Amino acid sequence: MAIDLQQPRWYERRHHSPLIRGLHIDVPLMVGLLLLSAVGLVVLYSAGGQSTDVLARQAIRMAAGFAAMLVLAQMPPQQFARWTPWVYGIGMFLLAAVLVMGEIGKGAQRWLDFGVLRFQPSEIMKVAVPMMVAWYLAENPLPPRRRALAVASIMIVVPTLMIARQPDLGTALLLASSGLFVLLFSGVSWRLVATVVGAMGAIAPVVWHFLRDYQRQRVFTLLHPENDPLGAGYHIIQSKIAIGSGGLFGKGWLNGSQAHLDFLPEHSTDFIFAVLAEEFGLIGVLIVLALYFFVVARGLYIATQAQSSFNRLVAGSLTLTFFVYIFVNIGMVTGLLPVVGLPLPMISYGGTSLVTMMAAFGILMSIHTHRKLLST
Amino acid sequence: MVERTHLKNYLRETHIFTSRVLVALVCVSALLGLLVVRLVYLQIISHEHFSTLSEKNRVNIVPVPPTRGLIYDRNGVLMAQNVPSFSLEIIPEQTDDVDATLADLGKLITLSDDDLENFRNLLQEKRAFESIPLRFRLSEEEVARFSVNRYRFPGVEIQARLSRDYPFAKVASHALGFVGRINETEMNELDPTNYNGTTHVGKIGVEKSYENVLHGTVGYQHEESNARGRVLRVLQRIAPTPGQNVYLTIDMNLQMVAESALEGKRGAVVALNPKTGEVLTLASLPGADPNIFINGISTQQYQTLQDDPNQPLFNRVLSGQYPPGSTIKPLLALAGLEYKAVTPATQVFCQGWYALPGDAHRYRDWKKEGHGSTNVTSAIVHSCDVYFYQLARDLGIDRMYKYLSYFGLGKKTGIDLPGELSGLLPSREWKRAARQEAWFPGETLITGIGQGYLLTTPLQMAEASAILANRGTIIQPRILHALQRNGGTEIVVPTPAPQGKVPISDPSNWNAVISAMEDVVNTQGGTAYGIGRGATYRIAGKTGTAQVFGIKQNEKYKAQEVEERMRDHALFIAFAPANDPEIAVVVVVENGGHGGSAAAPIARAVMDRYFSSKPVL
Repeated sequence: MAIDLQQPRWYERRHHSPLIRGLHIDVPLMVGLLLLSAVGLVVLYSAGGQSTDVLARQAIRMAAGFAAMLVLAQMPPQQFARWTPWVYGIGMFLLAAVLVMGEIGKGAQRWLDFGVLRFQPSEIMKVAVPMMVAWYLAENPLPPRRRALAVASIMIVVPTLMIARQPDLGTALLLASSGLFVLLFSGVSWRLVATVVGAMGAIAPVVWHFLRDYQRQRVFTLLHPENDPLGAGYHIIQSKIAIGSGGLFGKGWLNGSQAHLDFLPEHSTDFIFAVLAEEFGLIGVLIVLALYFFVVARGLYIATQAQSSFNRLVAGSLTLTFFVYIFVNIGMVTGLLPVVGLPLPMISYGGTSLVTMMAAFGILMSIHTHRKLLST
Repeated sequence: MVERTHLKNYLRETHIFTSRVLVALVCVSALLGLLVVRLVYLQIISHEHFSTLSEKNRVNIVPVPPTRGLIYDRNGVLMAQNVPSFSLEIIPEQTDDVDATLADLGKLITLSDDDLENFRNLLQEKRAFESIPLRFRLSEEEVARFSVNRYRFPGVEIQARLSRDYPFAKVASHALGFVGRINETEMNELDPTNYNGTTHVGKIGVEKSYENVLHGTVGYQHEESNARGRVLRVLQRIAPTPGQNVYLTIDMNLQMVAESALEGKRGAVVALNPKTGEVLTLASLPGADPNIFINGISTQQYQTLQDDPNQPLFNRVLSGQYPPGSTIKPLLALAGLEYKAVTPATQVFCQGWYALPGDAHRYRDWKKEGHGSTNVTSAIVHSCDVYFYQLARDLGIDRMYKYLSYFGLGKKTGIDLPGELSGLLPSREWKRAARQEAWFPGETLITGIGQGYLLTTPLQMAEASAILANRGTIIQPRILHALQRNGGTEIVVPTPAPQGKVPISDPSNWNAVISAMEDVVNTQGGTAYGIGRGATYRIAGKTGTAQVFGIKQNEKYKAQEVEERMRDHALFIAFAPANDPEIAVVVVVENGGHGGSAAAPIARAVMDRYFSSKPVL
């Protein structure tokens, strides 16, 4: 038999209490996420000026996130597949509503600011887009044919452009990459990938030609933040100082002067990694990176073990999207990438993307814990 | 269902997927490795460098907004300036509790609901370490009261800023426009770096159209501060580049004459230099004092202005669309001569009304008893409607449309001011598209006397008059006279691009029409006879009366009996000196009645002022 039927692992079946199995929890993933949350709260306590208030609010959000994860883990993945087109459709409708409302005028602009409504459509789409593409492609044999690829591309590009118009470039980037990951996992030939990348490279100068002067200026600022010490450059300069001055062992918890003297902007949210690096040094940073790597690796493992095309595509794409968050955020804070407003998963203060991310992990757990184990 | 016949090859799919996951894992590892390398570089290799910087890090970089450029009229009369004023600003990051701070501040200093709402909007848009203005133009007493209590308010500062001021208040307010606080929409459109520290932006008028010139470039300074952000000293300063000063083509002397002549009425006055297109006067009355907009007026105040039936916020010169009435006749006379629909000798008998063959409808002349026998000159001088009904019928709407287009009707003049409307020059195509109806012959007739669908803005009529005065040389109206850069050392005067000429086969047609327009003003019986009297220069003009509401057949229009709002609009176009015009003027008085009596004297007043400042030859 070429099908490698995995022997149940120690943590998967034998030794677990009925409770953990009954709750459909994947223990390694759960442990990784809990450790990351703990690190997050410790760093946030320092970054947030030792405010228990901030800490409590974040803890509540995390609890909500874990709750969402557990609820989703209980549902069988076939259920997600059935819901996918509906969720995607509703998400698109809400996106369109947001765009239309936003263009109608001043009054409507405020409506968008009311509570969760502003974020909801794009948050739903972060999960709905990869699932929709996976659902669509999994109907037919993989790797997908050209026509299916074209349809799938439209499913990705339309919501991405709508979100980019809001304008929310960070989310648009995530959405596009989550959809593209599904395409890559579905087995699109590398030659096609190379052709598309080449074509995009060729189009770039044309797009550049049509940009207005001020838009070009913004691109320049992204590439050379040092030339813009008042805007994006200020963030990068201060964040590099914070990270670099942390050294190997760091300045110690609650002792990071950059954040505490208010030199590092947004030190609780997008730039919290700089606080971590300043206070815990390279050692602390490596531990956190190792935790992230563990979670990503476990996610990919779950994807390889999944038992349907839909499940594996969804699991693979959601996991890599999680990694994009990590890479883009740390890349931006360390000055490798332009400043794009993306939080550091599980550690940054703020709840909008946290719950979505946990929901994605819930889907992963559901995929893994609802496998029908073939008896040997 | 061809595709369905392909069976899913589970083994192959699994194989591909597993290999793709391996690739993904390699990529993830490589990218994480890249991050680790970067972190090693920052934290180990450059550690000492950043440590030193961190030790010394008591320095904040703070934006220094540029001074907004001043606005002058063509003679250097100051129209918009900057006056020092104190504002109250908050840096949210340094404030423990913004809500409590606002509540406490409210006890010391009056904060209106609008102040608070504006502040909260900005609070969401700006970053926490940026200074956000809460109140502008504090009184000295308020400054003193806050200063005594300042220790209670960390993160709250009094800032000395420059505030925009318009010394002439209402005069020329529609041309100047005004600045106001940057709102959320504008915030997304403006360059966040260059507007870092800037609180106001041009909202309308010249302030808006020349915003990029007036604003300047932001500077910044490195400030040494203590941990609470109080500035100890300035270490390094990159000075901002102040905005350029703008000289307008407006002549405030003429502007004031025009506005006082129009005082108490609703209407518009435009004066152009026909040779260059420079706008000498741009008056729209009533106006509103722009100073009240600068720091945000209350919603209620704004509503009052919005709801005012006299529409003080409405720029009639650019956006007021009026039927041109008889002021269109000189242009149509020209079209008739050009297309040989008439010759100077053509006679039309006016019996007080005109009818199309086979149609009982009587198209009436304004003079019930008729003008008798008329030619092109007398038809212009006495503004005979019947002559132009006949002319319009002979020309046809297509040729009328074509020729009037040369004079810029039906399209924006392209003046360097925002908010211009294009009026309406009707054509068959337009009517089919807009109304899904064919063009009727009767509509050609009423277009011939400047009524019906035809709509023009006062600025368009001014442009058309200027082109007529130029004997066909097309100009584009503009309001920018010059820019003054680098503290006045460099003056830039834009040169307008040549705009071409109105095609004409016989140049003597210009003289025929223009001399008839001279007679309007200078001969007895001319519709504006009287306003030419005593002038040291020769005026050519044409009156117009635009119907606000239709008069039924067999009914007589009696101005006194009609409610004021229903009265006709009075119009007058003129230029002088007739042989070599230096100034073209258009006057519209809403519900003013007759052009000759209500509008023409205002044009005369403006021209008198213009020529009185010239050396008398």
